[in-house]
Amino acid sequence: MVKITFITKDNKSTTLEADSGSVMALAVDNNILGIGGDCGGVCSCATCHVHVQEDQADKIGKASEIEEDMLELDDNTNEFSRLSCQIEISEELDGAVFYVAQE
Amino acid sequence: MTTDNLTCIIVGASHAGVNAAFTLRNQGWQGKIILIDKDQHLPYHKPPLSKKALTAENQEIAALLKPEASYQQANIELILGAEVSNLNRESCTLDVTENGSLKTLQYDKLVLATGARPFIPPIPGLAGNRAVFAMRTLDDVKAIRACIDNKDVKRAVIIGGGYIGLETASSLLGLGLSVTLIEREERLLARVTAPVMSDFFKTLHQQKGVEVLTGLEVVSVNSEQDNQLVLCDDGTSIETDMIIVGVGIKVNAELAEQAGLKIDNGISVDEYNQSSDNNIYAIGDCANFKHSMFTQKVRLESVQNAVDQAKIVAKNLCGETIVNTAVPWFWSDQYDYKLQMVGLATGFDEIVLRRESAKQNTSLECLSAWYFKDGALLSVDAVNNSKAYALGTKAIQTGTKINRAVLADENEPLNHKTLFLA
Repeated sequence: MVKITFITKDNKSTTLEADSGSVMALAVDNNILGIGGDCGGVCSCATCHVHVQEDQADKIGKASEIEEDMLELDDNTNEFSRLSCQIEISEELDGAVFYVAQE
Repeated sequence: MTTDNLTCIIVGASHAGVNAAFTLRNQGWQGKIILIDKDQHLPYHKPPLSKKALTAENQEIAALLKPEASYQQANIELILGAEVSNLNRESCTLDVTENGSLKTLQYDKLVLATGARPFIPPIPGLAGNRAVFAMRTLDDVKAIRACIDNKDVKRAVIIGGGYIGLETASSLLGLGLSVTLIEREERLLARVTAPVMSDFFKTLHQQKGVEVLTGLEVVSVNSEQDNQLVLCDDGTSIETDMIIVGVGIKVNAELAEQAGLKIDNGISVDEYNQSSDNNIYAIGDCANFKHSMFTQKVRLESVQNAVDQAKIVAKNLCGETIVNTAVPWFWSDQYDYKLQMVGLATGFDEIVLRRESAKQNTSLECLSAWYFKDGALLSVDAVNNSKAYALGTKAIQTGTKINRAVLADENEPLNHKTLFLA
């Protein structure tokens, strides 16, 4: 089990435990506001946009080319942006903090 | 507005209904929320059915829209496997049959998210044939897989060359079947895309090994034991083990119609998704609605539309006054090809087609079709080209003019600076 924290636009922090699946699915299953996951996790809707905590960017990894293109849909995109459906939960992610980009 | 003692009933627990229920709760609806569906399974994602769910090892594990506990946590009463048989607008009640027993439920606000069902054309030999399947629900997928796995099926005929037919062809080929796809129109995806995209998808499926027959109409199916003979109007006959029908849908509007609500290509609603009865709303595939972008009412069959309309209705029920401004979008995955569409091409007078070199680390073709009317961008179909899709979406959302000379020049890179005119 790893601990993953979401911080939503209203500054609410929620820490959840998980061992597999995508970060998007974890958020949707726990009603984290601002994470839609409308396409079910196939990088088609850009409704699961998060900002990675700056000092964790290397650990989480970079967006793929398709993901980067999809992120252009959001005005709120920066170098720390990821689509959380494209981040798989693993031991590496223990302690990760994601800032939800949408309200 | 106080909603403490109000009951909202939502009929239909797929993408539209489930999102309406949770958004209502998140927006502060204090009263009861009852969500009813005739499907007995916990609400699940529909788009994967013709794709991953069909090829997966285990069909018992569906991709749930929400885990079971979420409904309890949000205090949403979920009634599954239940039929709604009657809507009485005077008494604001619904007759619901669950486990063989009939009960009457009272609503203050009613949201119809009744969706649609597969249209099975009246072709002799289809109805009642156990080798004939639709592709709309998890049970459909389970039945198709049970047939393939248990009967050692090797051949499939798909009737209908729309997204459902094409995605199913891709998945069945992946399962090792030989697949013949028959489309009545002269081209695939005739209702939803331009000839150039139809040609592209026809070639793709042919290259992968699907026999694609267009301009051909099935006139009858003759079964002899486990063998099906599909007869077409030009005299062609095709032997197969199973038939999957994906020729379109019929809107589930009967409940609304019987109650006297206005029906016009589905349940007719305004820009707030409100029907001709102030206490009744309709969302998703069943709703023909007034979208702020279009002059004519539209009925859209997509997850995006279902989710966006659900949110609009939930927010309006909680006291906001907002209308739908979301640009429609849609996607389809076939083989390793990703098709993404945005906007509606209806009424276009010009298409710019752009072919780009394959992306790094893949050999997949990368193309996009841009639809214009009077110089304004209406819609983009993008194949393996999320950049074109994203730029198209931005341009349509903001009404930005496109530099069509740059767009048409495949050597010019696409980005905001090159493509958007100030």
